[in-house]
Amino acid sequence: MGVPPVSAWLALGVLLFAAPLVPGVAARTKAIFAGRRGAPVWQLYADLWKLAQRGIVYSTAITWVFRLAPVALVATTITAAALLPLDGHGGLIAFSGDAVAFVCLLALGRFALVLAALDTGSSFEGMGASRDATFATLIEPGLFIALAALAIAADSYSLTSMLGARSAAGTADAPALVLIAASIFALMLAECARVPVDDPATHLELTMVHEVMILDHSGPDLAMVLYAQALKLATFAAIILGVLLPPRSSGGWVAPFALLASLVFIGVAVGIVESVMARLRLPRVPLFIAAGGSVALFGLILVLR
Amino acid sequence: MTPLAELVLLAIVFTDFAVLGTSRLSSCIRAIALQGLLLGSLPLLLHAELNPRLVVLAVSTVLIKGFALPASLRWAIREAAVRREVEPLIGYLASILLGAAALAVAFSVAGVLPLPSLPTDLLVPVSLVTVMIGLLVLITRAKALLQVVGYLMLENGIYLFGLTQAERAPFLVEVGVLLDVFAGVFIMGIVVFHINREFDSISADRLRELRD
Repeated sequence: MGVPPVSAWLALGVLLFAAPLVPGVAARTKAIFAGRRGAPVWQLYADLWKLAQRGIVYSTAITWVFRLAPVALVATTITAAALLPLDGHGGLIAFSGDAVAFVCLLALGRFALVLAALDTGSSFEGMGASRDATFATLIEPGLFIALAALAIAADSYSLTSMLGARSAAGTADAPALVLIAASIFALMLAECARVPVDDPATHLELTMVHEVMILDHSGPDLAMVLYAQALKLATFAAIILGVLLPPRSSGGWVAPFALLASLVFIGVAVGIVESVMARLRLPRVPLFIAAGGSVALFGLILVLR
Repeated sequence: MTPLAELVLLAIVFTDFAVLGTSRLSSCIRAIALQGLLLGSLPLLLHAELNPRLVVLAVSTVLIKGFALPASLRWAIREAAVRREVEPLIGYLASILLGAAALAVAFSVAGVLPLPSLPTDLLVPVSLVTVMIGLLVLITRAKALLQVVGYLMLENGIYLFGLTQAERAPFLVEVGVLLDVFAGVFIMGIVVFHINREFDSISADRLRELRD
């Protein structure tokens, strides 16, 4: 494999820089639905800047695991983003089977965060970690099914051909691809702790999942966790863009704008979902995730047909 | 015309799963009404040339399956004042997974069936999966009202299968089936109402107490 083109670096840079926009757009959409003006869409940039300048408070109970977790989370998420063919030509890192690596990197980041939550010794954070891990075990098979369907549609195990340069023969799979994109959207809501599964705005003890785990993080650590969460959303937005409208013929310079548009689109979509539906009761969440996975399975069956 | 028909068929599968996954009777009825509307639009989408027979079939399907039957089911809910939850015998998650299994079986079986030329190769698997999920609803839901819904889904699947032969099947047979179903559901609605009045419940489990 040769040196990745400049456009790939540019696209990754756009994704890394614009990622905090997604939660901002979602929050703004939610505010408009509720008849408020809401915080500016770049609110998360300001929050991150503010947090980055603060000191960190560590509990006396923690070990190095807790200090490592935010770094590991950001590192795995950025690496996962680098696997995606963001410019439509190829990822910065691309090999056969990198789709599996993508899911596993996300899982590794989550694993680090769960360990950190357990490391604090707080039973409350342990509860959040247990819930988060439970959901993750359900999300992962669904993601694998969706990616397997994409792999069969593209006849390749690399994300580069699954999301990027798909051949024209793939257009016969259009209904299947729509299903897969819908399934990935549902799984994204679960993976990124958004509304039907988890509410990023809640601070009610009984209902928190992701928020519980990061209670003990402060200052730059918290900034890293928040950034990684936004980046994860942005990564999924890029995947959905790749499934629905692979930027095949657009050339390297249109791709960053398509990427930005998809980030805004996903932000609005997430905001609309959060405005029109309530958070599911905890026992109903597995049903939601399984339904998302079933949609992916349906897509897989259609592709295999 | 065919891509639109394929999308409608996919939407029909989603209404099947909506019936399996929702916990409210009224949502189930809404899903089955939507399925009726989608079914009604299919004869027009599948066949390029519009003949009056197809139009009458489509319109009568929409009227009966999309409006009349759901209305009578809603009437039964209101009159019988039943509890609005589904109360399945197996969990919603298990229902969805069984539905997904049915989907896989339907698609693998449909490829093997020796059928004459079809307008779209999604038609047979979707009809099979609708029949199977209808059976699943019949088996796993204790409420008599939902058994009516399952029966309706079963019939919808058979109707879909009949669409593969829409050119050959006599029109009268289709309309006759529609009328039968209409009468059947109407009677079932009344029976459900009476079951409820006798037993203060429409759970079919209680029916074993019916001895003389």
